[in-house]
Amino acid sequence: MITALIVMAGLALVLGATLGAASVLFKTQGDPLVDKIDAILPQTQCGQCGYPGCKPYATAIAGGDADINQCPPGGDEGVRKLADLLGREYKPLNAEHGIEKPKSVAVIDEATCIGCTLCIQACPVDAIVGAAKQMHTIVADLCTGCELCVPPCPADCIDMVPVAETVDNWKWRYPVFELKVQPATLPAKEAA
Amino acid sequence: MYNSPYLRQNTSVRRVMVTVLVAMLPAIALQVWLFGIGLLLQIAIASATALACEAAMLSLRRRPVARALGDGSALVTAWLIAVCLPPLLPWWMIVIGTSFAIVIGKHLYGGLGQNPFNPAMLAYCVLIISFPALMSQWPGLQGSDAATQLDWVLGGERVLDAVTGATPLDALRTGLLGNADVSAVMQSAAFGHLGGAGWEWVALAWGAGGLLLLALRIITWHIPVAFLGAMSLVSGVAWLIDPSHHASPAFHLLAGGTMLGAFFIATDPVSGATTPRGKLIFAAGIALIAWLIRAFGAYPDGIAFAVLLLNICVPLIDIKTQPPVFGHKVEPPEGGTR
Amino acid sequence: MLSKLFSFNGGVKPDPNKSLSTREPIARLALPPQLVIPLHQHIGGTPRPLVSVGDKVLRGQRIGAADGNVSSAVHAPTSGHVVAIEPRPMPHASGLSSPAVVIEPDGQDIAIEREPFDWHAAAPGEIRDFLRDAGVVGLGGAVFPSHLKLNPGKSGHTDTLVINGAECEPFITCDDMLMRAEPGNILRGALIMQRMLAAKQVLVALEDNKPEAAVALKAAAQALGHASLEVVVVPTRYPAGGAKQLIRVLTGIEVPHGSRSTDFGVQCFNVATALAVWRALEHGEPLTRRIVTVTGNVERPRNFDVAIGTPISHLFAAAGLKPDTDKLIMGGPMMGIPLPNIDAPVVKATNCLLASSPTLFAPPEPELPCIRCGECARACPADLQPFELYWHSRARNFGRAQEYKLFDCIECGCCAYVCPSHIPLVDYYRYAKSEIWARERDKDAADSARERFEFRNWRADREKEEKAAKLAARNAAKPAVKPTDGAGDAATAADDPKKALIEAAMARARAQKEAVAAKNTDALTPAQQAQIDVAEERRKRASALSGSDAPAE
Ligand code: SF4
Ligand code: SF4
Ligand code: SF4
Ligand code: SF4
Repeated sequence: MITALIVMAGLALVLGATLGAASVLFKTQGDPLVDKIDAILPQTQCGQCGYPGCKPYATAIAGGDADINQCPPGGDEGVRKLADLLGREYKPLNAEHGIEKPKSVAVIDEATCIGCTLCIQACPVDAIVGAAKQMHTIVADLCTGCELCVPPCPADCIDMVPVAETVDNWKWRYPVFELKVQPATLPAKEAA
Repeated sequence: MYNSPYLRQNTSVRRVMVTVLVAMLPAIALQVWLFGIGLLLQIAIASATALACEAAMLSLRRRPVARALGDGSALVTAWLIAVCLPPLLPWWMIVIGTSFAIVIGKHLYGGLGQNPFNPAMLAYCVLIISFPALMSQWPGLQGSDAATQLDWVLGGERVLDAVTGATPLDALRTGLLGNADVSAVMQSAAFGHLGGAGWEWVALAWGAGGLLLLALRIITWHIPVAFLGAMSLVSGVAWLIDPSHHASPAFHLLAGGTMLGAFFIATDPVSGATTPRGKLIFAAGIALIAWLIRAFGAYPDGIAFAVLLLNICVPLIDIKTQPPVFGHKVEPPEGGTR
Repeated sequence: MLSKLFSFNGGVKPDPNKSLSTREPIARLALPPQLVIPLHQHIGGTPRPLVSVGDKVLRGQRIGAADGNVSSAVHAPTSGHVVAIEPRPMPHASGLSSPAVVIEPDGQDIAIEREPFDWHAAAPGEIRDFLRDAGVVGLGGAVFPSHLKLNPGKSGHTDTLVINGAECEPFITCDDMLMRAEPGNILRGALIMQRMLAAKQVLVALEDNKPEAAVALKAAAQALGHASLEVVVVPTRYPAGGAKQLIRVLTGIEVPHGSRSTDFGVQCFNVATALAVWRALEHGEPLTRRIVTVTGNVERPRNFDVAIGTPISHLFAAAGLKPDTDKLIMGGPMMGIPLPNIDAPVVKATNCLLASSPTLFAPPEPELPCIRCGECARACPADLQPFELYWHSRARNFGRAQEYKLFDCIECGCCAYVCPSHIPLVDYYRYAKSEIWARERDKDAADSARERFEFRNWRADREKEEKAAKLAARNAAKPAVKPTDGAGDAATAADDPKKALIEAAMARARAQKEAVAAKNTDALTPAQQAQIDVAEERRKRASALSGSDAPAE
């Protein structure tokens, strides 16, 4: 009995020491968690999460100050990925921060643009080109669809247009799975 | 809306399952001829139970009943259970075994294609653990007339003497436990030439059915070859070392469920390994464990337990034996090779 | 002499159904009233239009210029007027539109004057540019710009050039008929390619179900009398015509997914591509026509020589579409794509147009669960485990699907062909692949957005720093006029007003920002954050600055 206890205690000590040594020896540099979270966030930089951009939100999640369901552009899938990464429970998107929308890009009505540059200052990713008193244009490829340029525009000339499906970004649909008798029973089954 | 390929081979799950059933017929016929018609009644009871359970589970799970019933998989499970069990079991045991296989072994895991364990073997194990005595009572050759057999299956009074009670494997085990040596036990009447009187013929019939499955490409050679090869190898080595305590490979191949297991049970695709190398490992593992149970274990035959044990290992075996993908077999050559 | 053929694993033997469309010779199809020529018909960049609406174009005139080197040009198949440049429905599974030049033929078919090009004397690089501008792309279906493949790779030479006439898909016969009709020119094209690739041998391969074409090719090869040129007949087994499978059969080499076959010393072209190369170089004819098999549920199945841009309805009209047709397919029954729109044009990739009827291709039986029977794995020519790919694709577990080498799948359809559970396996792979591509696109976009966002923050910081530095400099100049009381005092004294000034500047900036973005408090937050950071930074810098300045004075 005593020997068993001693052996177990000894083992625990040795293993504990090894673990401790390993954590010192293999200590990771920097804070990769923030970067890993940031890599999942969509980088729309819209601030809907309540933080000034995706990186600050990532830092807040890593620090335990923010929940994982505050990023509407990342959508449901983003929440799931974060839940996966952090080993937390999935929860639906918090509607306080907005709802998931199809990806859009901003388009300036070039006829009404007065060249005030206010939208340029608002755009977090420099997707708007133009100079003072000249007509502005949005580079659609760079626009993240954050909508931050919409409110500042005094001429109200910026519209959010959903990204159209083209031959290049078209996706094959999920094949219909014909096992179920009727779709009506689907939710019941999934709840079970 | 459906997409390419628009051409499909004329094949279906039902066709596969029906072929398996057909391949079982010769052995069933022989067994009926040798041991009496009790088996037929047993098959009928098992089939009816399986179909009823399948239908009930499908409708509970809100799946299309008719289509899934028609795939024949429940019938294959039922027949396998029926031929594994000793004939002349009381009907309620067959019902318990079969419904356990279908309800718990198959549908609780998600139905066709999802079960990690071979449902028939699950049923067999449940029955042999729950009712060990009844499960070891096998009728002798032409031991009783049809009327008595039917009476027993339907739950009538069993006259134990008329049930000779010992399969060759059983007899061997009891004999060895009683310190007799193999050749002495083999002298007794229950043993025919190799695997036990009558049994060896049934085993050969299973083998013939298995060859039919092979010829029709329902199964591949890997599992039967590895199964029989490993069985011969381990039993052969043991026999060479100590022939007085170990039966010959020929006996092991033809006794008990070896042939049935090699061609019909271990080849169940759903719960078995899928890669070529994995199949070899899987089948050899079953044979090894089955022989260990036969030689050293508490049960006369161990195929069912061996199958279940290896079923657990399937995911690991499959992952570790993934065949190389086209173009990833060798390192890219330096410039061409020709 | 090729002594030994190799073999690939798997494959299936569907009923070839080729004789339907080989009874009649190739027919040249009359021009339709309108040609719709998509600008983007190949892998790579979308060509920019060189013509505008109202322009008169001539046959062979370039109407779209290659966008960079990984692209190919597009030409007018006949003379006429450009009536529109606008998005038109494409022969694509999506049925979506993309930009096309619409030409109304004038019926005169006047050719553009050809620029003389002496390919015998030209350097390989010049020939490649010429082929790019002649719009020559792979005509086997992949439409990869051919000039990019006519490059011998690192070693400077190639062992084997494979000319692919296997045409393994059922129903399709366009290559078969082309090999029967123009064997000599195909081989001449192949010899040009051989020269460009510095290839030791040329193997022209076709399946043994095309004996007429084999005879024609062999006779033509004999007439050409090239020792390094050989016609090889390979056993018929789908998909022996897949480039990787054919290379394997002929050379035993397996080219993995994602690597170039030239690095393995082989290169593979379709027979029609070889002919297009010959026509472009010898006759100066850009690629504006191709052979299309029209077959299946039609009255008169046959092969047509059609101008690219001809509406598909025009071909079906010529072949007599039967009324019970339920769907149209571009390509063969194994790999073809559904055509949602019959008015979409023939493009360079259109090798076959197949009309389907419920009796010809029965709709699939309902899908059952996978029973892991392994039939699919035995049929897969890429040695994959299709049911594993299916399992993970169905569960949207794309990472795992990629671990099982989803992208090595050539979508040949063998697995779905043999599956007893009637699972549309390939649909799951297509779905998974396009989801993965979409995710990669999103990820790239996110990465670039992150970079731009960080750059913008950095720039904003720098601008503020500069402003503050100017202020600080001005401020530091003022106390310097006063007599100094002592180094330490000066530092603290200088420090405080500086700080105050900076704070004031910050407050001003903040107020300004607020005024600017009054409606947009969200946008304000990053700005504020940035300013606070700047303030901290400035404080440090300012004190360091004054600390070093003071003793000097
Ligand atoms: S809501 Fe999402 S996309 Fe917007 S800033 Fe926050 S993390 Fe980035
Ligand atoms: S253009 Fe407008 S919507 Fe697009 S990224 Fe810039 S601020 Fe956001
Ligand atoms: S052929 Fe079909 S049922 Fe068989 S393993 Fe493949 S996917 Fe599953
Ligand atoms: S479609 Fe892909 S997985 Fe299926 S057989 Fe062809 S290569 Fe293999």
